[in-house]
Amino acid sequence: MNSTVTTDRQDERLQSREGLRGAVADVVERARGGDLGVIPVVAGLVVIWTVLQILNPIFLSSTNLVNLTMESAAVGIIALGIVCVLLVGQIDLSVGSVSGLSGAVLAVLFVSEGLPVWLAILAAVIMGAVIGWVYAQLFNRFGVPSFVITLAGLLAFLGLQLYVLGTKGSINLPFDSGLVNFAQLDFVPPWLSYTFAVIAAAGLFASGYFHARERRRAGLSARTLSMLVVRSVALLVVLTFVVWYLGQTRGVGWMFVFFVALVLVMHYLLSRTKWGRAVYAVGGNVEAARRAGINVKAVYTSVFVLCSTFAVVGGILAAARLAAANQSSGGGDVNLNAIAAAVIGGTSLFGGRGTAFGALLGIIVIQSISSGLTLLNLDSSIRFVVTGVVLLLAVVVDSIARKSRTSHGRA
Amino acid sequence: MSSTQQADSVLSLRGISKTFGAVAALTGIDLDVAAGQVVAVVGDNGAGKSTLVKILSGVHPPDSGTITFESKVVDVPTPAAAHKLGIATVFQDLALCENLNVIQNLFLGQEVRPLRLNDVAMETRSWELLRQLSAKIPSVRVPVASLSGGQRQTVAIARSLLGDPKVIILDEPTAALGVAQTAEVLNLVERLRENGLGVIMISHNMADVKAVADTVAVLRLGRNNGVFDVGEVSTEDIIAAITGASDNAVSQRRARRKEGLSS
Ligand SMILES: Nc1ncnc2c1ncn2[C@@H]1O[C@H](COP(=O)(O)OP(=O)(O)OP(=O)(O)O)[C@@H](O)[C@H]1O
Ligand SMILES: [Mg+2]
Repeated sequence: MNSTVTTDRQDERLQSREGLRGAVADVVERARGGDLGVIPVVAGLVVIWTVLQILNPIFLSSTNLVNLTMESAAVGIIALGIVCVLLVGQIDLSVGSVSGLSGAVLAVLFVSEGLPVWLAILAAVIMGAVIGWVYAQLFNRFGVPSFVITLAGLLAFLGLQLYVLGTKGSINLPFDSGLVNFAQLDFVPPWLSYTFAVIAAAGLFASGYFHARERRRAGLSARTLSMLVVRSVALLVVLTFVVWYLGQTRGVGWMFVFFVALVLVMHYLLSRTKWGRAVYAVGGNVEAARRAGINVKAVYTSVFVLCSTFAVVGGILAAARLAAANQSSGGGDVNLNAIAAAVIGGTSLFGGRGTAFGALLGIIVIQSISSGLTLLNLDSSIRFVVTGVVLLLAVVVDSIARKSRTSHGRA
Repeated sequence: MSSTQQADSVLSLRGISKTFGAVAALTGIDLDVAAGQVVAVVGDNGAGKSTLVKILSGVHPPDSGTITFESKVVDVPTPAAAHKLGIATVFQDLALCENLNVIQNLFLGQEVRPLRLNDVAMETRSWELLRQLSAKIPSVRVPVASLSGGQRQTVAIARSLLGDPKVIILDEPTAALGVAQTAEVLNLVERLRENGLGVIMISHNMADVKAVADTVAVLRLGRNNGVFDVGEVSTEDIIAAITGASDNAVSQRRARRKEGLSS
């Protein structure tokens, strides 16, 4: 890299940015231009945690944080679907109702009808896919704005949920079922948690190393070995600390691992596949995507189906965690929390911008607020107000960042 | 001449019409492009040039008329269908996604290794294409939104060269380009011709047209207004066909300037 300049660094206007300092300079530069990435969420999280810890010393205790991770999974998975629809510049306002309906359907099929649990889950998941497919048909064929379609869905599926639950209004799931166990009691044994942490760090290093080698062979600039090592070690330290701290009490729940696995899968699909590129392209400029030969309708369909399906999965886990499906499942703030989590995690409401990891970070923020306020014995009325304000703040940050991007030519 | 063109033409249009509401954008357009031939399409603003381009690239369906591609009558219902046939287009509005970077835009819809994107191969190929056009783009990993107008145009042109097109349509490809880049695009058009591709180039610049085109097709108010062999036609005649009169704004201006110089 010293004597011969790599293909992508030949323009003399490029400032050379290498190693750690270069990486930091890059981040600062991008943030100035309005490409904030995860900076606002992480900063927000630090502030929120500090404040809540001062107000109530239990907040950052291992017990509470374990609870927080377990509470995050269901709505976090729903938020993952919201990220996808927001990426194509659309919205699904019905995820709360759909998740509630899925809990009800699961409970009826599993408990009242006595079907095996896997069959009940499968039926609910198929129902979710069908709901998304119907949304997509209405959107593609008639061009009805997605917020109207899904607003109608919100009401209709809430009604269906009440109908399915019948006069009783609530169905309990048996405590000894695997599903309830999974959501309440199944924790990863410590040795396995540490193994996961090591695998994650090693995986990050290996993929970075092979990628860098391939780039160097092709005559392109690449991350240096020291940079890769620093990155992986940092991840290892963070993950090991998290595992150790949560391990002081119950540890890492399988349900949370499941959520993180889904985030990783979505991250791969969005960033490393042709489909993911199409999703970002449709969100950035639909007409350009269409002219590039992308089947825009199919992209919309895939995204709506994915979102409703995630809503169903989230609903099932929420029911399992509560060990019951009732009339208020999926109601209240579920909808707003899922959307807020996506937006707080850096997904733009204007489309074409955001990541799967945003859902993870966003839901942690939302759950922290919710759990912190509950610890303070504050009423849900105040919780709603605070969550509303935080959502508004996230949207304002998004809009300001967008303006800044436009003026810095990074729209 | 039209009978010989008919024989070896890759792309020929017959009686293409298109209306937008009450506006007849195109009426009964005929056009032939042979392999290894550069056809310039010229006409005033609003003559229907871009509409014709969009019909050929599958953006708009024609109301009537036939498109023959490699001696088969074809339908071009979607942009994907046009790509499949081997018709690549550089649109006047470029049609780039501003949130994606240069590589992502270049390979949009034709990514290498769909299930595990090969970004090294794509980046290498991107640099090759851009070098070939002497593009002055410092980095291909920046979003297209941060590029200048001419840089974006270069990206759009580079994109049309990907894949293996048989016909390339350029809608005002040099409108935003610098001197060197314009020359490169004209060189490129000549190279494409040598490689046996059919090229349709839309331009308002008569010097460029005379420099690279083999034939000039004039559109006026959505109708054919003559097809000329570039070697046998003067710029004045082309302008007369574009404006519909030998006594037009351009000739009057020139006459005035001549008078001014001689007096
Ligand atoms: N999508 C559309 N909807 C309605 N009218 C349109 C549309 N596209 C083009 N037109 C009309 O068709 C006519 C031809 O437009 P076109 O864009 O093809 O002109 P052009 O020859 O490319 O002009 P220019 O030199 O300015 O690019 C114009 O009168 C325009 O108003
Ligand atoms: Mg035009």
